[in-house]
Amino acid sequence: MNRFKLNDRMIPVMITLMLFAFMYSFGMFRYSNFTSPQVFFNLFIDNSFLIIVAVGMTFVILSGGIDLSVGSVIALTSMVAASLLLAGLSPIIVIPIALLVGPVLGFLMGCCIHFFNLQPFIVTLAGMFFARGLSFLISVETVSINDDFFRFMASTRIPIGNYFISTSVIIAIIVVCVAIFVAHYTKFGRNVYAIGGSEQSALLMGLPVGQTKILVYTVSGFCASLAGLVFTFYMLSGYGLHANGLELEAIAAVVIGGTLLTGGVGYMVGSVIGVLMLGTIQSLIAYEGSLSAWWTKIAIGLLLLLFIGLQRVIVHRNDKKKNTISLKDTEGSDQIAR
Amino acid sequence: MIEKAPILAMDGITKVFPGVKALSNVSFQLFSGEIHALMGENGAGKSTLIKVLTGVYPLDKGTVKLEDVPIVVQSPLHAQELGISTVYQEVNLCPNLSVVENIFIGREIMKNGRIDWKKMNDRAEELLSRLKLDIDVTKELSSYSVAIQQMIAIARSLNVSSKVLILDEPTSSLDVNEVNQLFEVINNLKKAGIAIIFISHFLDQIYEISDRITILRNGEYIGEHKTKDLPRLKLVSLMIGKELEEFDAQSENKDTGSEHGDKKEVFLETEELTKKGSIEPFDLKLHAGEIYGLAGLLGSGRTELARLLFGADKADSGTLKIKGKTTNLNSPKQAILNGVAFCSENRKAEGIIPDISIRENMILAIQGIKGWFNYIPIRKQIEIADKYVSLLNINPPNPEQLMKNLSGGNQQKVLLARWLITNPDLLILDEPTRGIDVGAKAEIQKLMLSLKDNGKSILFVSSELEEVVRCCGKIAVLRDHKKVSEITNDGKIDHQYIMQEIAGGNL
Repeated sequence: MNRFKLNDRMIPVMITLMLFAFMYSFGMFRYSNFTSPQVFFNLFIDNSFLIIVAVGMTFVILSGGIDLSVGSVIALTSMVAASLLLAGLSPIIVIPIALLVGPVLGFLMGCCIHFFNLQPFIVTLAGMFFARGLSFLISVETVSINDDFFRFMASTRIPIGNYFISTSVIIAIIVVCVAIFVAHYTKFGRNVYAIGGSEQSALLMGLPVGQTKILVYTVSGFCASLAGLVFTFYMLSGYGLHANGLELEAIAAVVIGGTLLTGGVGYMVGSVIGVLMLGTIQSLIAYEGSLSAWWTKIAIGLLLLLFIGLQRVIVHRNDKKKNTISLKDTEGSDQIAR
Repeated sequence: MIEKAPILAMDGITKVFPGVKALSNVSFQLFSGEIHALMGENGAGKSTLIKVLTGVYPLDKGTVKLEDVPIVVQSPLHAQELGISTVYQEVNLCPNLSVVENIFIGREIMKNGRIDWKKMNDRAEELLSRLKLDIDVTKELSSYSVAIQQMIAIARSLNVSSKVLILDEPTSSLDVNEVNQLFEVINNLKKAGIAIIFISHFLDQIYEISDRITILRNGEYIGEHKTKDLPRLKLVSLMIGKELEEFDAQSENKDTGSEHGDKKEVFLETEELTKKGSIEPFDLKLHAGEIYGLAGLLGSGRTELARLLFGADKADSGTLKIKGKTTNLNSPKQAILNGVAFCSENRKAEGIIPDISIRENMILAIQGIKGWFNYIPIRKQIEIADKYVSLLNINPPNPEQLMKNLSGGNQQKVLLARWLITNPDLLILDEPTRGIDVGAKAEIQKLMLSLKDNGKSILFVSSELEEVVRCCGKIAVLRDHKKVSEITNDGKIDHQYIMQEIAGGNL
């Protein structure tokens, strides 16, 4: 019984994992360089900021909402960090300030969503324009960074055997672990799932719905800012056009990772695999050489379509199962088998 | 019991919504260890009273005392902390979470700053075993039937050592066995000294389980009586505020003979209509000017058949003739164009649209037929809406009121109006009277009869056999997705006879 339930819930994640494994082995089979473990580590190095954003986005989507502002928040964070460093401030002051950008914006957006009962889509869309505009207000040019600590974070390689990962990967892994704990072992995490399942019920069960919703956007904002910082380490510059459209990639990764857009169902691990999947597609197309980079977008589009279709089928099947519960066992299993 | 101080005393409760006085000067007393029924028609203010008590709505005037201490309930959570828990009509749990979580969420057992799943699982099993329920608590809520979900909701409220347990229409979607199981649980809780407020439309159940009854009407307090001292008819007349004779007279003209039905033309005929897994080959002859009843237990195939006839599901085999012509109903739209209308049993999910007005809800079906480019002028719409609001006695009598502000019975009337406007030849009514009060029921039955007299056919699905017997000329009994018998209502049969048919060979 228990095992069946686990399988049922994990199916989308498992499918993503299998597709990821399939794609990766396809790459190893086709390109000899692809077999190097470093390629795998590079997936993490190149996408650590996306993993962090996707974690925050998973919380938001689990609660039944959406956060379109994350890409802009990354740009704003990079801009704030770069310009403050340019002004001669120490990284010890700059980093906390930069890390506050997202939570403050997220908190405000969460308040709008909760207190004025507005659509998350619209509110975070406004947040997206606001943050992007603000970063250009600071400067329309690229602001490069020469700070020692930032350089250290950018260039340090942490060896694993003969291969290496970057500091940003460590940060991303910590974020993912904390997020899994929060999602499954804290009241806040469970409340997020409950609200995504049925906000009305959550309210009547006496859960702090408003508080949780505001916190969800604050957490997403924090993840975006942290990702912004990691992105800044990676680029060593602040620029208003950084991470343009990244919010959509994050949403794609979360959905591919098996989280239902309607909320209430999904796993953090799924989102991580979702990001790795997007990264693998990118690598494959880069290795192919002759293909235009835009093929990545087409592949992502097709994948998304596949997964949304898949979710539909699973939801539909569950509905059917529910309808047949009062029927005899034989008929029930018949329905499931179909 | 009288000498004891009440555990809960509500006095002079007044609650005003924009344009509606939902409660005016209502009082209510509850003693521990009693089951107190709260009775009243839909819109009488029962739900509002409960919501005020549990902190969903703030109250405008009045006092609430719990164990002689005045309290102001701020939120559902606060109510739960005070020991007042509610199990609502629609199960208000999260279908995507496991059973354990639904019992504990908001009050998780923590250990070292993390949720202690193991302990919670054990405690959940223990709680459910008190309700004589042995299920896998780690499975999702949505994998269990509504009855079990209901029990889980009760287990949730038991977990907070509640003093007052409110059950708002807990039985409306349960079958007989499940109701008995639930009543056993309720009686055990009563013995344990918990004060229980019980709300139900089923008079039988009220008389079976409750000790006292408080009656509300139009938001006003009508009276409090001991159940055993209050005859049923008296209770009904107190609820609807009409004299007994009047009510009796109303129900009298419901008896119908069916003989003349056969002479009229056949409107719809099916031969061996089948859909695998939901309905076995089914023959049906439906005449114009006939009310045809479908009786059977929940899940016996009543709704499935209704959906087939409306084209909402597709038949695998068999023929369907409308007015003698073989027709394939592939979609509801085709059915509608053929003069078939369908009032779904699930009015919340498949019927009403809560955020638009009564008028807009009414106009939907007719606009659908006319096509979206053939817009019905607003003045015409208002005219139609006004007509049906007064015809069906919809309350509040304001067509611009939002649908979500209406009580269940009135929403049902609006749905009926939606289909009546299309002037259908066949009206399929799937449980039109479920969860609505006696007065509205009588009105809906009256309406069915007048439609019949105008030569319309009605396919009537209901769990209440008395109602089926009273209204229908012919009754098909379904069991396990099969028609087991067809009864002509000659005025001599009663619901016990049908009950036997339903039970059939199983006994």
